[in-house]
Amino acid sequence: MRTIAVDEIISNIKEMCIEANHYLTADMEQALNQAADNEKAPLGKQILNQLQENLQIASNDMIPICQDTGMAVIFMEIGQDVHIEGGLLTDAVNEGVRQGYTQGYLRKSVVKDPIFRENTKDNTPAVIHYDIVEGDKIKITIAPKGFGSENMSRVFMLKPADGIEGVKEAILTAVKDAGPNACPPMVVGVGVGGTFEKCALLAKKALTRSLEEHSEIPYVREMEEELLQKINKTGIGPGGLGGSTTALAVNVNTYPTHIAGLPVAINICCHVNRHCVRVL
Amino acid sequence: MQENAQKQERHRDIMDRYITAPFSEDVAKELRSGDYVYLSGTIYTARDAAHKRMYEALEEGRELPFDLKNNIVYYMGPSPAREGRPIGSAGPTTASRMDKYTPTLLDLGMRGMIGKGKRTDAVKQAIIRNEAVYFAAVGGAGALLSKSIKSSETIAYDDLGTEAIRKLVVKDFPVIVVIDSLGNNLYEKAIEEYKED
Repeated sequence: MRTIAVDEIISNIKEMCIEANHYLTADMEQALNQAADNEKAPLGKQILNQLQENLQIASNDMIPICQDTGMAVIFMEIGQDVHIEGGLLTDAVNEGVRQGYTQGYLRKSVVKDPIFRENTKDNTPAVIHYDIVEGDKIKITIAPKGFGSENMSRVFMLKPADGIEGVKEAILTAVKDAGPNACPPMVVGVGVGGTFEKCALLAKKALTRSLEEHSEIPYVREMEEELLQKINKTGIGPGGLGGSTTALAVNVNTYPTHIAGLPVAINICCHVNRHCVRVL
Repeated sequence: MQENAQKQERHRDIMDRYITAPFSEDVAKELRSGDYVYLSGTIYTARDAAHKRMYEALEEGRELPFDLKNNIVYYMGPSPAREGRPIGSAGPTTASRMDKYTPTLLDLGMRGMIGKGKRTDAVKQAIIRNEAVYFAAVGGAGALLSKSIKSSETIAYDDLGTEAIRKLVVKDFPVIVVIDSLGNNLYEKAIEEYKED
């Protein structure tokens, strides 16, 4: 049994919220650079160059990459041999978010009630997903999620007979419908299988996977590659203003499902696909 | 004859332009879908909650917090400014959420909008009817765009925080004409151009 104090969790989450909103991971930056080199449309290329410059300004001047610094989505993978001391874990996570967003000059985008919509003024609560794993560590992944792209995400409850073609069709439909609204070039996170909520969670998690990694399942890997090509032939392009770079990656996660169903979730993220990982 | 001239104008090459806001319909009429525009002058921010409030004010016969006439509204809610800076990150938000309110505001004299993403046909018709313009700024480039904003002053609905109405002074703020006063739509045209099947 290893003991971790809530104070350590709070301070790490605070720093991670700030870090994620000012610096993209190396694989994201690399994918944008490559896209800027390969883009066919002159205006598309110009936009991609602006996005590169935007990343430079964000890190040099400590200005958030995007003004929508998101709702804080946090994956907590907790080793079952960890003992947490000093308070309630969920409170600690939210306190870290509160400190990160208020002290880090991040935008407060969360409203208390979906209908009455009063801003909570500190970006809490976060959306927290807990997972109990083996070991005596805590792995924290913070993925601030902007809503331009979140609003264009979809869940399809397909029939088993729709098969893999149905899945591909669903993904293409979501991407085409999203178009310029989701701030392309996008990263497309897909969850296939599970239940209604499980596939959405798989899709969200897929957005945190490195762009350089593919699924270990051969047919899924092929589908990821095929769909990326197809999406980049839609013409949507950077900013939706035409071009050959509409997505930077398609990441698909799968899970066992029920004999009667084929759930598919498509969680779209813009080019500001933020995440930050630490292991305590 | 006049029709011919208009037709020619419709097909002229896209170009870089420098214009100052607010501006009249005469300036808006010159802009064409695809033009790259550097905007200077004064613009106003308003997004979801501010639009709802302005719409309610109009329904109740009250005055709006600023005169819409010839003005440009930027759909944007910034992140907080660090000390010594006018504003934080300041890129566009998705315009379609304002579609419900936009025709009314255009009919009241608003000259244009800066946002990102698709608009409804009702918005397009109101743009044509009022000789207005819909610009896109690059979504997700809020740090870069903030450099073109020289000052920011909250003029109404302060309690809405990031969603308050702000008066911005901008210098060479980069935007692209998406829907022009003839109803041309760059999102539709550009996709067709680069689609491969």
